[in-house]
Amino acid sequence: MQLKTSNQSVLQKIAPFIGLFLIMSIITILNPDFISVSNLMNVLRQVSINALIAFGMTFVILTGGIDLSVGSTLALTGAVTAGLMASGVDPIFAMLLGLLLGAVLGAINGIIIAKGKVAPFIATLATMTIYRGLTLVYTDGRPISGLGDSLTFQMLGKGYFLGIPIPVVTMIISFAILYFILKKTTFGRRVYAVGGNEEASILSGINADRIKIYVYSLLGLLAAVASLILTSRLNSAQPTAGEMFELDAIAAVVLGGTSLTGGRGWIVGTLIGALIIGVLNNGLNLIGVTSFFQQVVKGAVILLAVLLDRKKTT
Amino acid sequence: MIKMADISKSFSGNKVLKNVHFTLEKGEIHALMGENGAGKSTLMKVMSGIYTRDSGTIEVKGKKVNFTSPKQAEKAGIAVIHQELNILPHLSISDNLFLGREETFGRTGILKNKQMEKKTRQILLDLGLDINPTDPASSLSVGKQQIVEIAKALSVDAEVIIMDEPTAALTDREIDNLFKTIRALQKRGVSFIYISHRMEEIFSLCDRITILRDGEFVGERKISETSFDEVVQMMVGRELGERYPERNSTIGDIKLAVKDLNRTGCFEGVSFELRKGEVLSIAGLMGAGRTEVAQSLFGYKKLDSGTIEFDGKKVNIDTPKKAKEMGIGYVTEDRKSEGLVVDFSVEENVSMTNYAAISKNGLISKDKERKLYDTMVQRLGIRTSGPDQAAKSLSGGNQQKVVIAKWLGIEPKLLILDEPTRGVDVGAKKEIYSIINELAERGVAILMISSELPEVLGMADRVLVMHEGKITADIPKHEMTQERIMHFATGGGKLAVEDQ
Repeated sequence: MQLKTSNQSVLQKIAPFIGLFLIMSIITILNPDFISVSNLMNVLRQVSINALIAFGMTFVILTGGIDLSVGSTLALTGAVTAGLMASGVDPIFAMLLGLLLGAVLGAINGIIIAKGKVAPFIATLATMTIYRGLTLVYTDGRPISGLGDSLTFQMLGKGYFLGIPIPVVTMIISFAILYFILKKTTFGRRVYAVGGNEEASILSGINADRIKIYVYSLLGLLAAVASLILTSRLNSAQPTAGEMFELDAIAAVVLGGTSLTGGRGWIVGTLIGALIIGVLNNGLNLIGVTSFFQQVVKGAVILLAVLLDRKKTT
Repeated sequence: MIKMADISKSFSGNKVLKNVHFTLEKGEIHALMGENGAGKSTLMKVMSGIYTRDSGTIEVKGKKVNFTSPKQAEKAGIAVIHQELNILPHLSISDNLFLGREETFGRTGILKNKQMEKKTRQILLDLGLDINPTDPASSLSVGKQQIVEIAKALSVDAEVIIMDEPTAALTDREIDNLFKTIRALQKRGVSFIYISHRMEEIFSLCDRITILRDGEFVGERKISETSFDEVVQMMVGRELGERYPERNSTIGDIKLAVKDLNRTGCFEGVSFELRKGEVLSIAGLMGAGRTEVAQSLFGYKKLDSGTIEFDGKKVNIDTPKKAKEMGIGYVTEDRKSEGLVVDFSVEENVSMTNYAAISKNGLISKDKERKLYDTMVQRLGIRTSGPDQAAKSLSGGNQQKVVIAKWLGIEPKLLILDEPTRGVDVGAKKEIYSIINELAERGVAILMISSELPEVLGMADRVLVMHEGKITADIPKHEMTQERIMHFATGGGKLAVEDQ
């Protein structure tokens, strides 16, 4: 872990950067418009939602877990926040409640997994359905709009700070905080420890259950942040929001070189992974690849990245 | 049978074998010894085709060979039985035996189960094992699984069997059985290469011994013409002196008193006292419940009933975290699966138990972390290339020291050591004994679980013997003998009763 141990792992760490660079070069050659500042800002804004979720997913995957329910968590927190705002609750208070709800939904995942000893894949597969179902029940299957004109809320998805879209600023600040947590705090170290060897961690006096509950809560919280941005951008909450978001987030983590078995990886890679996916989405559009074929290309890139990663480790 | 000459092998510029010689005669049991990192495993991997040599020659039955894969070595009659057995626990014994070369009806892929089961039964009977071939492999003890592995090797017509630390997880009786099997096969002309750190076993089983040190061939001796001392000296390159260093500790007040501990299916009625500065050993066979008692004392496994007094106060230890806060350390039996995060660096491993000491408000202080690492490396003589070296790339002895270092950081009052020297070479063993002594001299109460009787005799002030979950004897130092301990470990009541 942590940029050390051997040359091999250093190579592994820079691989995502090289991949991103290559993809960006190819797209720029095919369509130079890609590299314009306005388009790159656009890419970053598109990336921010996936990146926020992928940051949280990195923590979860580092502990050796997985969370399939993030897309549903995003939808439910978005719907509840929007519902509160539409019914006249103070927007700031509504948003804080939304964030809290996200963390609670994540904590429920964590508790089922840690205390109930249910495999993360199964546990979150179930809550994915439950959270989505609750969203549909709550919204009656219809979008919620009429969210008022609170400046804070509107800025969240559409505003700019020093010329940078607020979602991008949110992503960068979150990244900085999360990077610091992973690298410098005992919590971050314990996340790696639990994923690296849960039994040894417990036998070292680490409360592994608590760490797991925390990482799922953190992911829920970040999904809620992403949902606020999305709701603000669309000025409405969609009951089907966030479908397949979990897969993009997992893809970003894996592209970034984090091991699905836990214990190894870093959040910088996840950021690059999210950028690769964002650049592909945007660039394939620019060079005129049809949306159907885009999916094939995206899948192939992920596969290629993982295969190359395998080669290096063995 | 096999003749290896001038074998060299390096990994990324690091020479791990330097012009090593090794010859194996037909029908002999040849021990290969050396400290961890001496190159034994590398040499065997070269022989069995896992690694290719940089230079040198290998002859099998007079013919030069160049194995590029383990399959080729297997075809030439060389089979390896690794320390971690290659048994799939959920498959039947017969499935395991025929794994990868199942007998089928022509090319249909349909299995001839009945026939394979019959053959399995016969092969195992030949080796003195009467078991039902359709039972799952997990129902066998480790010792019997080992015999199944040997059977596997024989069924592909192996003439040379390489065994790496085969007895590490076996009980004494299982070891006897294994040796009987090995000797019987030797009479049929099968040759063995036997890698082990256990001198007693090598001297009772083997015919010849080859010793490596730092990747170099040091010498070859007939067992009948050498001695413990000579072999040890050849291995470490210096006089090691007493295997068990002196200890000058004064045994103090009672540190730990447990009464009537019970855990269904694991142990019952366990009561004992442990004093400050005392080294109390728990001996017994595998599965006697020793590790389970330790795990319960450490809060890792729940007790059903019983009381624990620590410093005269009744305590309830329900999590390892609580145990740690009370000053109890636990050096686990299996360092790779329970002791270390192998992907972590040495420093990160040492820190694992000491986050409170090296952090403030949840922030790790790099300085404090490094200081802790430096102190421990020095105090325990851990040989690393630096704090960032991955724990997985350390030798067994150094890994074990890292696990001990984790616990020395908390300044333990009571240290539980579960098989503290398993798979550790003689030099490192002695260093670990010295650490234990030093701790005891400082008044730390030591609870040492060990299956190596010489170690118990050499180190313990007192030994508790367990058999099937119960303590069957409590023997003070001056009354300890191997026979006595084995007698109680195997369930003998009074000593008058004949040993089993």
